[in-house]
Amino acid sequence: MRRISVTVNGVGRDAMVEPRQLLVYFLREQLALTGTKVGCDTSSCGACTVLVDGSAVKSCTMLAVQADGREVTTIEGLSSDGELHPMARAFHENHALQCGFCTPGMIMAAVGLLERNPDMSEEDIRLGLEGNLCRCTGYHNIVKAIASAARASKAGVGAGGGE
Amino acid sequence: MTQTAERAQRYVGGGVPRKEDPALVTGQAKFIDDISFPGMLWVGVVRSPLAHARVKSVDATRAEQVPGVVAVYSGADLADDWAGGLPCAWPLANRSFPAEPTTADPRLPDHWPVVKDKARFAGDPVAVVVADSRAHAKDGVEAVDVDYEPLDPVLDIEAALADGAPLVHEEFGDNEGYTWGLENGEVERVFSEAPIVVKERYYHPRLIPNAIEPRGVVVTTEPAKGDVTLYSATQIPHIMRTTLSLTLGMPEQKLRVIAPTVGGGFGSKLNVYAEEAICVAVARRHDAPVKWVEERSENYVATIHGRGVIQDMEIAATEEGKTLGFRVKLYADMGAYYQLVAPGIPLLGAWLYHGVYDAEAYSFQATGVFTNRTPIDAYRGAGRPEATYAVERAMDALARRVGKDAAEIRRMNFLPPFAEARPIPSGLQFDSGNYEPTFDKALKLFGYDDMRREQQARRASGDKKQIGIGISTYIEMCGLAPSQVLGALKYGAGGWDAATVRCHPTGKVTVITGTSPHGQGHVTSWSQIAADALGVAFEDVEVLHGDTSISTYGMDTYGSRSVAVGGVALHFATEKIIAKAKKIAAHELEVAEDDLEWSDGKLQVRGAPDRAKTIPEIAFTAWTAHGLPDGVEPGLEATFVFDPPNFTFPAGAHLCAVEVDTETGATEITKYVAVDDCGTVINPTIVEGQVHGGIAQGIAEAMFEEAEYDDNGNLTTSHMGYYRIPSAAEIPSFTTDRTVTPSSTNPLGVKGVGEAGTIAAPPAVVGAVLDALEPLGVTDIAMPATPERVWRAIQDAKGGRP
Repeated sequence: MRRISVTVNGVGRDAMVEPRQLLVYFLREQLALTGTKVGCDTSSCGACTVLVDGSAVKSCTMLAVQADGREVTTIEGLSSDGELHPMARAFHENHALQCGFCTPGMIMAAVGLLERNPDMSEEDIRLGLEGNLCRCTGYHNIVKAIASAARASKAGVGAGGGE
Repeated sequence: MTQTAERAQRYVGGGVPRKEDPALVTGQAKFIDDISFPGMLWVGVVRSPLAHARVKSVDATRAEQVPGVVAVYSGADLADDWAGGLPCAWPLANRSFPAEPTTADPRLPDHWPVVKDKARFAGDPVAVVVADSRAHAKDGVEAVDVDYEPLDPVLDIEAALADGAPLVHEEFGDNEGYTWGLENGEVERVFSEAPIVVKERYYHPRLIPNAIEPRGVVVTTEPAKGDVTLYSATQIPHIMRTTLSLTLGMPEQKLRVIAPTVGGGFGSKLNVYAEEAICVAVARRHDAPVKWVEERSENYVATIHGRGVIQDMEIAATEEGKTLGFRVKLYADMGAYYQLVAPGIPLLGAWLYHGVYDAEAYSFQATGVFTNRTPIDAYRGAGRPEATYAVERAMDALARRVGKDAAEIRRMNFLPPFAEARPIPSGLQFDSGNYEPTFDKALKLFGYDDMRREQQARRASGDKKQIGIGISTYIEMCGLAPSQVLGALKYGAGGWDAATVRCHPTGKVTVITGTSPHGQGHVTSWSQIAADALGVAFEDVEVLHGDTSISTYGMDTYGSRSVAVGGVALHFATEKIIAKAKKIAAHELEVAEDDLEWSDGKLQVRGAPDRAKTIPEIAFTAWTAHGLPDGVEPGLEATFVFDPPNFTFPAGAHLCAVEVDTETGATEITKYVAVDDCGTVINPTIVEGQVHGGIAQGIAEAMFEEAEYDDNGNLTTSHMGYYRIPSAAEIPSFTTDRTVTPSSTNPLGVKGVGEAGTIAAPPAVVGAVLDALEPLGVTDIAMPATPERVWRAIQDAKGGRP
């Protein structure tokens, strides 16, 4: 077992972890942050995407010990005080989710994308989402939601949707 | 029959944002793997690595030494835990052809949760490990030593039907599960006299459903009471409770099944699987909570696959291309066992092999075949994508044969418009249809004539990038199903559904539905229906589902049935509420019942709208019961069980443009237009979402996905890295629209939409690729039409020319 110190959703957490423990299982099973999902075993689906020091990372490709000393944001840390995060709101307003299982990872990936490139074309969004699979929506409304959140963010209103 | 027309429609028909979303976009929704209990044990399943092998021994010695492993069970150890095998609700018997009443017994192979003697596919459970954690269960699985005697596997349909093939189930003497047929009209005469007969063979690849949430099971017990609660990522909590109580030999009333938030199904969770039975058996043996969650690569072998069909399709026609007869013979891979509804899947398309086209003769025959591969069962569309693909591809072949445009050949053969049920060439009754306006709308949105001109220009200039246009004017059969029809087809249950409406004394409303949504947004749509029907606010309606302890009984969610059966049950339950409320309101207002009318969301005295009672007011009166009319029970609650008098038949027109690079075989969808007619629409936003997702899955089938095996029966597309699920980068944007031809089957006029896109898309996409290559003489490319297959088809057509 190894001791790690991680800041998760703004809260400092000290924990003992097995060296083989994946970050996603540390979050889900040790911290009970079950919003982050596991949809595959090959880092293909992206359901486990979280932000590590602000960048979108598949938490199944990272060991918990590698998160030592870093800052992790999960879907639970995105919205606060009953107010949906602009990206989460854009997903809701644009019907960008159906079963909702890929959604936490999809939203975290979208937040990471927007952080890197505030001026995304539709093609940029589609290519940027290549590592996140959705089986319900056909991606149409996910792309629409992210474009709308990007427009709102650029306009400085901090809101998604509102077309 | 209905008051719908009189009722204010504040919510129905509007794209109300979903109530389901806030919990999902914040990570608060609880899916199966998010549910845990103190002291919980983990189950791991040891699976046969061989497609066909006798299990000689299971040695747990090493596994029992693994830290955290609590127990190891072989199939023999658990044999007494089962009162019966895993259920198949639709074991079809041979039916002679042409149709006659059957006397033969169906072939129903034993299907034990853990094999007792022989593994019949790579992935068949051979032992179970119980441990104190997810990781230890996995460690234990790897340490179980199983001694196998390998047997020759039989992997594909044609090999399985050949003489001397290895037998999947020895007791039957061959691998044919059943052959079932129906016929209508003078088939032999029509086909022998017709001047034109086109005949083609089509392959449907074996597909892996890939709901993004893998399956999982959690079981808790209360041993002193004999109670068992089973949480499962399932589409069918109600059917599971009944069938699993039979498999486990436990009293049904002691088994509670809960479907928590479920992360997609597409048919893959429309089953009762080994792991559900195993987890209950383990929980009862250990008196402890038990959990099993599937890994994705495990899902690829342990959860049902879809399609896997060969079809020989024929159309008889006049020289002008007027269709006279449709005839199909198909062979469906069942895999190693019959899962819940597998044998019946071809029957879901059995009446649809003439599409929306007229004819005088019709013939359908299906043969189910056992192979040593993962069992096949219903995957989004189930039977109807196969029918649509065969019909639409054959219509394209007919157009080429008689020298007509693909749009023209369809238009000239459409069934004329009808608003009430009418008989169709296959012998069923379609509920309503008006196909030409839908098609016209799609052609216009697509810019069909301009696209044809562009195609001609590219052909004339010899552009290396050619474009093709594909058309699919599909029909499907939804609203499963009239119970009497299911009985005649030997299905083991009814097709009705139930809804309860409970009006609380504070004016709020709870709806309990027998459907079991897993992404479809029933909570939102059912709230819209109930709010309008009862004159209450959308926010004041709660919808409960997916728990056998709260609902009357339900038949769950699959086959685009939910709104057309469960939604209609809700409609009728609200009518019962209004009828009772009317008695109470008349008493309160001291008028005759006939003097009251439902208007503006209230029961009003005719001609005196200020004298009125709302449903919340009457609910309070009914609850206090201080002065109810004679014979009226206290409370305002009603349940309705709706058994549909017919199926519903949504239809539509999908058009696809594909650009094909004739040098490399690369393809790109440049335009996709879908105009669907699913009858009346409750929530257009949800309907569009269903269409989008369905099309993407149809495109995936047409161009990307196939479960591939090696010669030994190992799945080589064994995980998500190998099986090509398209991402946002491979799927285009869609243009969608609708026409509305209300169903005559139910008072809401709804038909269902969940599978439309998946049914419609494959022939539109493949048709477009073939159309692009028509000048080269390419007439067939098997799905999935990958760039490699397209390139090979081009090379074959060129016959070595550059």
